[in-house]
Amino acid sequence: MSGERRTVRTIINGEPFEREIEVRLLASDFIRHEAGLTGTHVGCEHGVCGACTILLDGAPVRSCLLLAVQLSSHNVETVEGLGTAQNLHPLQQSFWEKHGLQCGYCTPGILMTMKAFLAENPNPSTAEIRTVLAGHLCRCTGYQQIVESVVGAAQRMAQLPDVKA
Amino acid sequence: MKPAQFAYRDPVTVVEALNLLAEYGEDARLLAGGQSLVPMLNFRLVQPAVIIDLNGIEELCNIQVAGDRFRIGSMARQASVESHRDIIRGWPLLVDALRHVAHPPIRNRGTIGGSLAHNDPAAELPAVMVALGTRMILQSAREQRTVPAEFFFVSPLETALAPDELLVAIEAPVPNPSAGWGFAEISRRHGDFALAAAAVQLIPGETGRAPGARIVVTGVAERPLRVSEAENILCEGAWSAARDKAIRAAVETAVEPFEDLHAPGWYRQQAAGVMAARACQDALMRGADLAARHD
Repeated sequence: MSGERRTVRTIINGEPFEREIEVRLLASDFIRHEAGLTGTHVGCEHGVCGACTILLDGAPVRSCLLLAVQLSSHNVETVEGLGTAQNLHPLQQSFWEKHGLQCGYCTPGILMTMKAFLAENPNPSTAEIRTVLAGHLCRCTGYQQIVESVVGAAQRMAQLPDVKA
Repeated sequence: MKPAQFAYRDPVTVVEALNLLAEYGEDARLLAGGQSLVPMLNFRLVQPAVIIDLNGIEELCNIQVAGDRFRIGSMARQASVESHRDIIRGWPLLVDALRHVAHPPIRNRGTIGGSLAHNDPAAELPAVMVALGTRMILQSAREQRTVPAEFFFVSPLETALAPDELLVAIEAPVPNPSAGWGFAEISRRHGDFALAAAAVQLIPGETGRAPGARIVVTGVAERPLRVSEAENILCEGAWSAARDKAIRAAVETAVEPFEDLHAPGWYRQQAAGVMAARACQDALMRGADLAARHD
């Protein structure tokens, strides 16, 4: 038996994407299984861990607390839209250099939250970074290197005024 | 960890939503920001036959200052209320409390009305609504009615809303700009639910009326608890160590704290007293500062 279905028309990382799905499908599963973008990680599925955070019309939200049907007519950005292996986003470059990740499970969500955060706070204090980081769980780093990575990214982005925040 | 099957309806007007509610009643759940309901769907704690998604109803998103009243539509996102110029100026207590509500990615999606209608007993917003003397505007296909915040929050996850009613907006008089306020919270991490929190709004005396205060604690009872005994003590005069102690004692007597893995009852009880005293002291200091600026 299959439930009610709808067609979702959305834009993911700048590309139109359309798929007919069950209305009960979560946005996180839609992004991973329908769009094949597995950079968005699924941790707790109740909004606590932050691993599945994406940008919806530029604002960070938990994709596990959205229905896929709610993505219709909206812009989605995932970690795949940030940079490429050859051309990392300043945040990604800084996380690499400052050891801001170990297993990497929580990293995509943190990157998406911090992208929006740095766009609004280009020169944040470490206290401000920690307050925002409280919405993301990391079991490897102890958070210190993540804070340093975000500070490093902010400095890097200040030196490159043309970089897309 | 995946929602059970449901039928999905996405009305674009309030009238449409009310007709759907009248049709489906208790078989339906309203989906606002989804930051509480979707976890419950994922865990299958709730399995409604119908989801009525309110996110397409633009008329519910308005934030207005009309004359001497504020009106916030129930679907206004918490993040947009928190950054709204008129709200920052007129309702600083609400803005300060919102910064304790979870984290930015949750507030980007979470709505004012969703949090109030969900009524978690450790949530910040219900307490703030009582402290601000807010009125809830409820609408059904039958009627529109207004319920003061003090009578809206009934018990954990229960409100005065009938199965066919929708919380469309909250409304309150713009507070006197020199009215002091305070908010204090203790939680395990920033953004967690409160182990105990207190919201205080002073009401400056007007002609023929004595000054008053609303002191409301949350996380320590079945619903946001207004502590009138503490309000009387606060209104007696200037801050002192004795008054601080008396307010803490009044709050400790009034609360009915519960116990869970985060904190024992006695801890919550004491913390509620301390939070209330801190919020009272902040309110008095701010009130004095603001009054001096307006003179």
